[in-house]
Amino acid sequence: MGYSDQLTEKDLIQMYRWMVLTRVFEDRICGLWGKGGVVELPHGSQGQEAIAVGACYGLRQQDHVMPSLRTRGAFLVKGISARVQMAGVYAKVTGPARGKATAHHMGDAERGVLLGSGIVGASITVAVGAALAFKLQRRDNVVVDFFGDGAAQRGDFHEGLNFAGVFKLPIIFVLENNGYSEYTPLSKHFAGSDFACRAQGYGFPGMRLDGNDIFAVYEAVQAAAARARAGEGPTLLECMTYRYRNHCEVQPPEAFRDPAEIEQWQAKDPIARMRAQLMQRGILTDALVSKITAEVEAEIDDAIQYAEESPFPAPEELYKDVYAPESPELVVGRRS
Amino acid sequence: MRELTYREAIREALREEIQRDDRVFIMGEDVAVAGGAFNVTQGLLAELGPERIFDTPLSESAIVGAAVGAALMGMRPVAEVMFADFTTIAMDAIVNHAAKMHYMYGGEVSAPLVVRLAYGGGMRFAAHHSQSVESWLANVPGLTIVMPATPADAKGLLKAAIRTPNPVIFLEHKLLYNTKGEVREGEYLVPIGQADIKRPGDGVTIVATGLMVDRALGAARSLAREGISAEVIDLRSIQPLDEETILGSVEKTGHLVIVHEAPVRGGFGGEVAAVVANKAFGYLDAPIQRVGAPWTPIPFSPTLEEAYLPKESDIVTAVRSVVGASAG
Ligand SMILES: Cc1ncc(C[n+]2csc(CCOP(=O)(O)OP(=O)(O)O)c2C)c(N)n1
Ligand SMILES: [Mg+2]
Repeated sequence: MGYSDQLTEKDLIQMYRWMVLTRVFEDRICGLWGKGGVVELPHGSQGQEAIAVGACYGLRQQDHVMPSLRTRGAFLVKGISARVQMAGVYAKVTGPARGKATAHHMGDAERGVLLGSGIVGASITVAVGAALAFKLQRRDNVVVDFFGDGAAQRGDFHEGLNFAGVFKLPIIFVLENNGYSEYTPLSKHFAGSDFACRAQGYGFPGMRLDGNDIFAVYEAVQAAAARARAGEGPTLLECMTYRYRNHCEVQPPEAFRDPAEIEQWQAKDPIARMRAQLMQRGILTDALVSKITAEVEAEIDDAIQYAEESPFPAPEELYKDVYAPESPELVVGRRS
Repeated sequence: MRELTYREAIREALREEIQRDDRVFIMGEDVAVAGGAFNVTQGLLAELGPERIFDTPLSESAIVGAAVGAALMGMRPVAEVMFADFTTIAMDAIVNHAAKMHYMYGGEVSAPLVVRLAYGGGMRFAAHHSQSVESWLANVPGLTIVMPATPADAKGLLKAAIRTPNPVIFLEHKLLYNTKGEVREGEYLVPIGQADIKRPGDGVTIVATGLMVDRALGAARSLAREGISAEVIDLRSIQPLDEETILGSVEKTGHLVIVHEAPVRGGFGGEVAAVVANKAFGYLDAPIQRVGAPWTPIPFSPTLEEAYLPKESDIVTAVRSVVGASAG
């Protein structure tokens, strides 16, 4: 446990806080769904917070992350405010792309967040390309690419990982294995034993780890990032986890799965687990836990208020940003 | 007559075809246990069993590619690609393989598969889950492209699509799934390639596809109140294209407005306009107008998506402009 040992008390409390913020954000939008206001269909990441937070904590601003559908925590750690994300959920002009895009796989170039894709798995090759640029530019930044077990069944997974292996690119593939692709359980979409071993076929290390253990995730990503920065190429991390909500809020949590399974995983909750560890070490106290919870609730209240009060985009916004500005030596003529 | 939703009509067609022909089967993501992202195949697993309808991995390229291979070996696959936007991933299997098999085998065999796609906007699903993709595929010889607008057509056309020996792209508009319409009991087919005059009229021809047929009918009703008689033609398929029905109508009305949900530029409306300009030029009393989406991706926010999607009022305005152009 090299990297985690170096985390200060402040770091640890901050990591815990990011997870709680992620959880409360998701719980609130799931609760508000269908009651007016929330426009974006929530795809909740509750239960998977340790992966996004553990993987992104300690990254540099110019390290880029590629979101999956369940990386709310990555946005927060990378510095996208709860306000902006909430405004996106409410489809307001203050949200991503001024209302033109949804929040759950938004991009933010300044903060090192690549635009994710609604075409599941398609983002893997784009993330590989970002890592290719870092290599060509001789910058020692890394890309952390999040995607699910379902996405790993796309051709893009295989093409992307092979490409990254061949060119020894600075990328960390973080596979969030939550056991489901929408409503299809892993056993019905995967005949193999694990995903981690696939990395071997592409010439780089892969490992399976407990995705509900924030220290395991942090440790593995930091080690993989050090390898990547040193020019030693990619790593595949298969993080075992579970989502408490269903694929999206169209279905209740227990649809197409065993409620006992949900309970079993709730017993391994990543937030409760970190809280217990930090309390045992005397870093968190009941008072501090309550304070953090209250602060986080207030931050989400503020984000919701901000989203509610923000205007919808004016219709003219529709036509903006289809093309980047061009000069007439380069392009002339009517587009439409 | 009994009424069914568009969703139920499609389900009934699938059930009947699977019961009629053991070569027919359905595969796709979450089509069996979960009954499909739009509940179209709900209940079919229990009725038909796991060899006739099954869930696949998240692998559109393999779903459609494997459907092509199975079709070559004598099966009649109905492959579902949940959202039409994901066709991009299956594009190679459709464009380079399914469409060209018969030709490249010199007529020996063909690839009789149906690819079912849920298309269209209006659900706040943004740029990756809302597109109307028919024009992407319309420039590919070998494909048949069907876009039913009513439950009755959906049933009869899907049955024909499953039976034809050629690959068919079957586009279902998401906002139509809950719409109801009369569907007669029992077996019937609607031959692919016949447009349907959904409302007769003699002042202007409105040619539409999919959900836009409903919008065109709404426009026709309000135009009637201002004394403009609109004939609404539902193409039902864009490949084959029923030129005869379109030309016959334009010869009568002298005015043409074409409506689709895809962007105007490069959209299928341009093809319809070209056919009419070429074969009925002398009958036109005014320039042809097209109504469709603007040249932007599909935005997320409701205010923007509403501005994006073609509306009844856009059709009314376009009709007034063509009718006014000839009057003035
Ligand atoms: C190419 C593509 N196919 C299908 C879908 C529909 N879809 C959205 S999420 C999803 C399952 C994704 O599973 P996984 O990658 O394991 O991520 P998870 O939702 O479990 O986090 C599916 C099938 C899609 N958006 N894109
Ligand atoms: Mg999954």
